[in-house]
Amino acid sequence: MQTTLAKDLAERQALAHSLWQDKIQADVYITIGMGTCGIAAGAGDTVVAIQRELDARGLKVAISQVGCVGMCSYEPMMEIQARGRERINYGNAMAKYVKEIFRHYFDEGELRKAVIVGRAIPTISESHGHQLHSLSFVGPEDGQYIPFQSKQLRIVLSNCGLIDPESIEDYLAVDGYSALQRALCEMTPEEVIAEVLDSGLRGRGGGGFPAGLKWRFARQTPSWPKYVICNADEGDPGAFMDRSVLEGDPHSVIEGMIIAGYAIGAEYGYIYARAEYPLAIHRLNIAIAQARELGLLGENILGSGFNFELQIKEGAGAFVCGEETALMNSIMGERGQPWPRPPYPAVAGVWGQPSNVNNVKSYAYTPRILRMGADWFKSLGTEGSSGTAVFALTGQVERTGLIEVPMGITLREIIFDVGGGIGDNKHFKAVQTGGPLGGCLPRTYLDTPVDFDSLRAAGAVMGSGGMIVADETTCMVEFSKYFMQFVVDESCGKCPPCRIGSTRMLEILERITEGESTLADLDEIKRLARGMQQGSLCALGQLAPSPVLSVLRHFEDEFIAHIEDKECPACVCKALITYRVIPDNCTGCMVCARNCASDAISGEKLQVHEIDPSLCIRCGLCYTVCNFDAIEIISPR
Amino acid sequence: MTQDNHNEIDLSLMDEIFTQYRHQAGALIPVLQKAQETYGYLPPDVLQLIARQLKIPLSKVYGVATFYAQFYLERRGRHILRLCDGTACHVKGTPILLTSLEDHFHLQPGETSEDNELTVEIVYCLGSCALAPVAVFDGKVMGRMKQNVLLNTIKKKTDIN
Amino acid sequence: MPIHLTINDKAITVPEGATILEAAGANGIHIPTLCHHPDLTNVGACRMCVVSVERARGVQTACTTPATEGMVVNTMSPAVVETRKFVLEMLLTDHPNDCMTCEVNGDCELQDLVYDYGVKWPEHNGRRHQYEIDPDPNPFIFIDRNKCILCGRCIRTCDEIQNRSIWSFANRGFESKLVAGADQLMLDAGCESCGQCVAYCPVGALFDKMSLGKGRANQAEKVRTTCGYCGVGCNFDLNVRDGEIVRVTSAHDAPVNGMALCVKGRYGYDYVNHPDRLTRPMVRVKWLDAEKVAERVESGQWTLFSEAEQRRASLSYRRTSGDGKSVAPNPQSQISADTFVKTDWDTALNVVAHKFTQVKKELGGEAFALFASAKCTNEENFIFNKFTRQMLATHSIDHCARL
Repeated sequence: MQTTLAKDLAERQALAHSLWQDKIQADVYITIGMGTCGIAAGAGDTVVAIQRELDARGLKVAISQVGCVGMCSYEPMMEIQARGRERINYGNAMAKYVKEIFRHYFDEGELRKAVIVGRAIPTISESHGHQLHSLSFVGPEDGQYIPFQSKQLRIVLSNCGLIDPESIEDYLAVDGYSALQRALCEMTPEEVIAEVLDSGLRGRGGGGFPAGLKWRFARQTPSWPKYVICNADEGDPGAFMDRSVLEGDPHSVIEGMIIAGYAIGAEYGYIYARAEYPLAIHRLNIAIAQARELGLLGENILGSGFNFELQIKEGAGAFVCGEETALMNSIMGERGQPWPRPPYPAVAGVWGQPSNVNNVKSYAYTPRILRMGADWFKSLGTEGSSGTAVFALTGQVERTGLIEVPMGITLREIIFDVGGGIGDNKHFKAVQTGGPLGGCLPRTYLDTPVDFDSLRAAGAVMGSGGMIVADETTCMVEFSKYFMQFVVDESCGKCPPCRIGSTRMLEILERITEGESTLADLDEIKRLARGMQQGSLCALGQLAPSPVLSVLRHFEDEFIAHIEDKECPACVCKALITYRVIPDNCTGCMVCARNCASDAISGEKLQVHEIDPSLCIRCGLCYTVCNFDAIEIISPR
Repeated sequence: MTQDNHNEIDLSLMDEIFTQYRHQAGALIPVLQKAQETYGYLPPDVLQLIARQLKIPLSKVYGVATFYAQFYLERRGRHILRLCDGTACHVKGTPILLTSLEDHFHLQPGETSEDNELTVEIVYCLGSCALAPVAVFDGKVMGRMKQNVLLNTIKKKTDIN
Repeated sequence: MPIHLTINDKAITVPEGATILEAAGANGIHIPTLCHHPDLTNVGACRMCVVSVERARGVQTACTTPATEGMVVNTMSPAVVETRKFVLEMLLTDHPNDCMTCEVNGDCELQDLVYDYGVKWPEHNGRRHQYEIDPDPNPFIFIDRNKCILCGRCIRTCDEIQNRSIWSFANRGFESKLVAGADQLMLDAGCESCGQCVAYCPVGALFDKMSLGKGRANQAEKVRTTCGYCGVGCNFDLNVRDGEIVRVTSAHDAPVNGMALCVKGRYGYDYVNHPDRLTRPMVRVKWLDAEKVAERVESGQWTLFSEAEQRRASLSYRRTSGDGKSVAPNPQSQISADTFVKTDWDTALNVVAHKFTQVKKELGGEAFALFASAKCTNEENFIFNKFTRQMLATHSIDHCARL
């Protein structure tokens, strides 16, 4: 390994930039989104099909495998650009539709199954002589931003979908590692911390603690060695922001961590990554090896005399390890149980040494802040929450995906403008943010601005970025029971309020969904919630009652319907519903009867069928398989 | 675990893992992960060996192995179905998939069929929420899963009755 | 540098590094605890010791929070009391309601706190653990996991004091469970049955098996004594009920050993009232004057070691020898040359002195080898040394502590 000096890096960047230009201005430039979701949707096969198509056409170009642009509902997605022509992004680019896409782009053929998502336009914003490359999408006809993109501002996701995450050259081409160069060669550690502090960057793991302040505490602890830890244990169900960053832009996280190491005086870093993210871990490993090869990790980085090494630690399946002290116990090979603070990690963390734990996105923001300047970052977002927020928008919303929006945008803009509202003529009921430790907000809160403080005031939290939309088919009581079940499964068991309190709370919620409850149980829920909030050791137990409390606050009528009327208004809770055949719609096709596992459906061929409620176990299979909408669900029974 | 299975275990497969991790601080979890990759689960003899080699009390090895959801102390089925019950999948129908699995195969999450043919597991979020509900059958991700499709897949791919 | 803080409006000065709990305790302010023990590291798990600290968010565990300059602490704020009550109530929802029959009734930290905080027995239909009671054949340690509050004191004791690390928690959440080794029997997991875990258990989850049903703490009188097994000189309390030792409990104020005891000190007391115990010196008939034997036995001053006694001794030998072979009881009912006679000390010592003198005269001091005991005091061993070298004239002396 050689030492790369600052001037060598500049040369490498210049070279990378010209290679990049050659690549995107080749005869044909093709990218394909290869995030986990793209691959799950079939992107792997698509690559093979593209290669076959290129061979057939005698085109000798490399396919650029990029990260995810966030439009999950269109996966798999690919882009084609022939020199001098528009760069078109195609969705639903399954292997079998690749031929059709090529014909559309090159031969003006018709698109049948694949769709045009938009025209991709590379955008570059500048500040302090540095550039932030990104990609935006406009409608091919009107030239306006496509709806999914209209309100977005991609900073931390800027490279996702733009560059090949397995190529450090690509990262260098878009100004990568120049923030590291600036930090190491032009700034003192104190200046780096001051810059991060000035930017107003708040930790993106959910707590929202100012990152610069955390770094300062770690720097001030007079003990050595120190550690930089990246919390990539993204455990919230329904959240995949960190995964996308790690898969689509791993170098930005590594660069951010090296900078943080320099700032606090740490020479060693851990990335604690969720084991359920094998692709992210794979790409991180590649990126680390590349950075080491180039001398950006190791000894005497860029000739500055600063050393830094990085290691990946794979999680083993425990949500609580997203809590920083539990995470550090897990790094040390212990049961992932939190410890009470003090001591804070900045004083005594992993191996008893000062440690700085930040979320993936917090580190990924850092190089961008150092390049573009604290004032630039602060100019985005709101007064108290600068920059952007990344959300995984999922659930019953028309356009699901990963979005990055400026802080301060309203929930309504996200769900209806970016997400396209609720599909299937259904209605919005609630939006859940912050996962199992967050809260649900009803329609009346749709104009709440999205930032750390406004969401907290409304009874939800920013969380790490999960945003799940529910329509009227979601039972809010069952929804809160789901979250409590999650907590029961994931509680570490160390302290009684969480260990036992969550179990007791779940038992009550089970009783309510089974129609065996009284109104007094609602008071009991509140009492248990208070005990857990007050008494639990860590944030998991303290915040676990939040979803239930927010539902109780905003959807109390649903609770009361379950308790008083034994009715599940959303027709979800099995004990409170019954299935019935709608005679007018039933054609007597017998599909339901054949599928029924408990022989509860009777009826002759071409005759109206009937469901025997005493035999029906309410599995809902008949409802799913009926092609004539002839099964209805009724509550109360 | 039967005695037969017990005899099949080749403990020498662990040698390389120990060589790699012995001097690494906090090696227990990676070693357990590698061991599970090797054997498919963590047999008692392997836990004992890990305790001895890493000089960690067996009780602690066991405590860690049972704390994390990723580790299995018992052999799993020939086929593994993982159903995502992340929030997005949950609101899009995972519970109903679970109900039908229970009705048809009498399997609850975490259980293996008596003929050792199928193991059903729940995972909280595979990060593919846009494809909700997601099932992973023997490593293959299947999105937008429906009851009948799931049941048919299992019936077709396994010998379970 | 000393730290100045205020606890419950009382100005307090403590050395740097003291926790709030230590600061309070040193100044007579009681803060309830369950998972804390002064001998063990603090984990802040049970949440009983929570206190309110001004300008801090929520409540803090006094056992883990260091006292800092200017800190203002309230150990009985409404939030604190409410939290403690909640914790106790939660623990009771997964605890058997059998104080009436519980071994540690009246000597239970949980019971005391439940009483102090006026927590009522919570009726509910939810889940309670139903572990098998005493599933482990360990002869000394009784375990009832239903009573376990998962404070982890046993685990830390075994780990930090005994360095055996037999205990651990398995699983997580509500399923968390105290296990030995890989959920094995204690002895299989390498347990040495020192019973240290029992001594630190705040409830009745771990108990001394030999003492089951023999008498609760308030039924027994505690008598402080020094262990007779070795020269370490451990102190402990004999729990005596109706003149019988029913249990040994270690004492935190024991100067040498504190709470620590080994398996012999803690459980090796059954010899005291054992029928096989030798209470008088015994000499074989052949070393005594036959007439004197007949006369003294006749008058009842001496007694013969009876056949029944001998049989019992050999039975108990057979039980414990473990090789399956029994020592046949003496079939001879008459007195033989080898029959033991329970004599008096003067007679017995005279026999010994006489034999020593005889051997020394015939074979010289080198014929002797002496072995001293760690059960003796230093002074006794000193005398033994003098006796060996000066009286018997040999250097062949050794001591059991060298084994």
